[in-house]
Amino acid sequence: METIKLDHMTKAPFKGAFAASAFLRDRWRLVALVFATLVLIPVLVVISSFFHPEKEVWQHLYEHVLGDLLLNTLWLVLGVGASTLLLGVSLGWLTAVCQFPGRRILSWALLLPIAIPAYVTAFVFIGLLDFTGPLQGWLRDVFGSSDWFPRIRSTGGVILVMSLALYPYVYLLARNAFATQGKRALEAAQALGHSRTSGFFRVALPMARPWIVGGLMLALMETLADFGTVSVFNYDTFTTAIYKTWFGMFSLDAASQLASLLVIIVFALLILEQLSRSRMRYTQAGRYQETGRIKLKGMAAWGATLFAVTVVSIAFIVPLLQLLIWAASVFAEDFDSRYLGFLQHTLMLAGIAAVITAAGALLLSYAARRNTDSLTRTCVRIATIGYALPGTVLAVGVFVAIAWLDRTLLQLLQPIMKIEAGMLLQGSLLIMLVAYMARFMAVGFNPVDSAMQRLPLSLDDVSRTLGVSSLTMLRRVHAPILRGGMVTALILVFVDVMKEMPITLMTRPFGWDTLAVRIFEMTSEGEWERAALPAVTLVLVGLLPIIFLSRHGNVNE
Amino acid sequence: MFSRILSTLLLSVFAISIVHAADDVVVYSARAEQLIKPMFDAFTKETSVPVKFITDKEGPLMERLRAEGPNTRADLLLTVDAGNLWQAANAGLLKPVQSKVLDANIPAHLKDPDNQWFGLSIRARTIVYNTKKLKPADLTTYEDLANPKWKGKLCLRTSKKVYNQSLVAMMIAEKGEAETEKIVNGWVSNLATDVFPDDTKLMEAIAAGQCDVGIVNTYYYGRLIEKKPNLPLALFWPNQKNSGVHVNVSGAGVVKHSKNEKGAVQLLEWFSSENGQRMFADLNMEYPANPAYKPDPVVASWGEFKHNLINVAKAGELQAAAVRLMDRARYK
Repeated sequence: METIKLDHMTKAPFKGAFAASAFLRDRWRLVALVFATLVLIPVLVVISSFFHPEKEVWQHLYEHVLGDLLLNTLWLVLGVGASTLLLGVSLGWLTAVCQFPGRRILSWALLLPIAIPAYVTAFVFIGLLDFTGPLQGWLRDVFGSSDWFPRIRSTGGVILVMSLALYPYVYLLARNAFATQGKRALEAAQALGHSRTSGFFRVALPMARPWIVGGLMLALMETLADFGTVSVFNYDTFTTAIYKTWFGMFSLDAASQLASLLVIIVFALLILEQLSRSRMRYTQAGRYQETGRIKLKGMAAWGATLFAVTVVSIAFIVPLLQLLIWAASVFAEDFDSRYLGFLQHTLMLAGIAAVITAAGALLLSYAARRNTDSLTRTCVRIATIGYALPGTVLAVGVFVAIAWLDRTLLQLLQPIMKIEAGMLLQGSLLIMLVAYMARFMAVGFNPVDSAMQRLPLSLDDVSRTLGVSSLTMLRRVHAPILRGGMVTALILVFVDVMKEMPITLMTRPFGWDTLAVRIFEMTSEGEWERAALPAVTLVLVGLLPIIFLSRHGNVNE
Repeated sequence: MFSRILSTLLLSVFAISIVHAADDVVVYSARAEQLIKPMFDAFTKETSVPVKFITDKEGPLMERLRAEGPNTRADLLLTVDAGNLWQAANAGLLKPVQSKVLDANIPAHLKDPDNQWFGLSIRARTIVYNTKKLKPADLTTYEDLANPKWKGKLCLRTSKKVYNQSLVAMMIAEKGEAETEKIVNGWVSNLATDVFPDDTKLMEAIAAGQCDVGIVNTYYYGRLIEKKPNLPLALFWPNQKNSGVHVNVSGAGVVKHSKNEKGAVQLLEWFSSENGQRMFADLNMEYPANPAYKPDPVVASWGEFKHNLINVAKAGELQAAAVRLMDRARYK
């Protein structure tokens, strides 16, 4: 806080701040409204399916499908929620606050699993651990039977894989929270007679809540929207039912209705969470210094190291090695100069999408800070809902809206200019980028907004009394302090866009194939080993920004 | 750096949407790139008609066509499985094509009765078994796999895959729902383990002894055996004394609002010709749809068999019913 220089602001003329503020407040409300609309349009396309009731399909779903899939989805959400919390919070606490051998390396190595798409981890794990895999094969050779071995294609298996793929969201945000919440509060708790454990549960954990919940929400929304992983496991959830209703029973309407239910559930969760902490503030009180870490000793220290190393090995090193082995076997045949193009497209799309989404998230978060009325809050929530929709459903929503806009524009413009039928917007990168933003706003918003919560409101009051306009304040006061959160948002969106498949497939211009499209071409034919080549390229490229994040976004290093 | 990115972006935003040569054929394809690109290259070389294409899943491609309506740039929709083609025709996305060449080259049961789409390669879904555990004499029909003697010995792929939906749809067409439901119930109670996400995993399970017998598409068998020739697996042609082996197609239809119908038909006709058939079938170890041409020698070595001659369009018509039936039978 003390690093901010306010002296240049004192020179700014004092412009009737009070008269302007009412207008400005509206302007920021407008920002929230614009972003909400961008996401709301495709969501409305999905929800509009309710105008076409599919009684017969629903009757069938109700009798034979819904019960199982609700139960399955519930187990999955509970399981993934509990284990990502456990992994993310414990590892975040250890690396942010404690000292143990290898902490520095492990603190960024623990982020790496986020570079591997969850369905790839799923396929690798099934390949290794299922009946036909090398492990059970070896067991049968040695002991004659592997019947006692736990089935990997089970509820436990799918929860395991998704948790390993998604815990980094919770870890990253929790680590940031612990690192920035300051030691004084904890010291105060200890002075008041709390043990270290009780200090953690009574003080540190509640103070990190917006971060942890933000990370958890990302993990759960991705769980609900996931199709790839659950279909590798053949685990029936909402998403698989949506696709089966669409592709198998030819009812996109009933499929969209199922998807709308999903949206409503997520929205309710978001609102509930928001209500439960609406009166709380989470500002900062000093930082951890390297010297102030809790030094773990002996068994505890090595235990921490072992725990973190195990997680990194299972979630990242094992899948990466398997991918490398597969990729090596097809490299000579499949690798060619086109990979340069795939790489270029992937990087460009992910880069631009990350920048605009993070910028959007900053504006949105600032709008929410300035206006606490329910309209703004609702808009902000809507703007982040795209992440909970199955990708293909959102892609169709986006596409239908664009196609409509295209037709309308064409009708307006054709009398004036000579335009060949169609495709003003469609098949342009602009649309792809807007669609990415609609999908990944939550990923950008959560880290930025939880960092925003750390800033005391008095900061805004001071700046305002000094006559600084709201935009200037955001640019010169908030943005620099939010660097950590912004970089986190950038990297997360970057990596997520790289892995994204359905929107990329549906809205890419001719010839704009990316690494993810390449993976799709192979996996759609069941050729997983050939898919390893683009997958491993994707993972390795994804590592670069993550390493960058560990250097620059990490506020406590 | 930033300005370069920005200018590239602006260029792409506008340039890409404006440039569109009228003489190229634009294909929306649910068949993967590695299976179609070599064919398009060969076609362009022979005819100097350029081909542009985009790949995606069937569902999104059809929604895309529907949303684009008359503004679409697509000329041809290329997809796997008659169920999908039937759906496209049924949704009014395709148009009938009059072509003597296609009429002569593609048998009636492999195309749409109204000529809205044409099957271009045949994919057979047949029985595969572990040669160490079974002899061909142990096997007879798909229906027989519902017999309790196969309890704990059968492996199946998920009912979410359209191949199984089509197989069950064709059984409904032949035997009616009640009888088919009995069979599917029998299959489910004979399962050795949870259903598999793909045919390859299923065959590996049979080879490893997790089960004895299963149902797969032949080209997956071809691909697997090519890589691991020592696996104890063989194909069996079921139902040879009655209806024949369940066959499906990969095929294509001209898009209703095509701007280059001539080019699209030309490409379709080329697919049905000798060079086209060779590539269409052989690139993926499938069977040519044009009876004038023999399959690839490796494929031919699996033996000849009697095809089920019911029009494959039936698979589409009854697909939704098949999905419901499988849900009722708790076939996951």
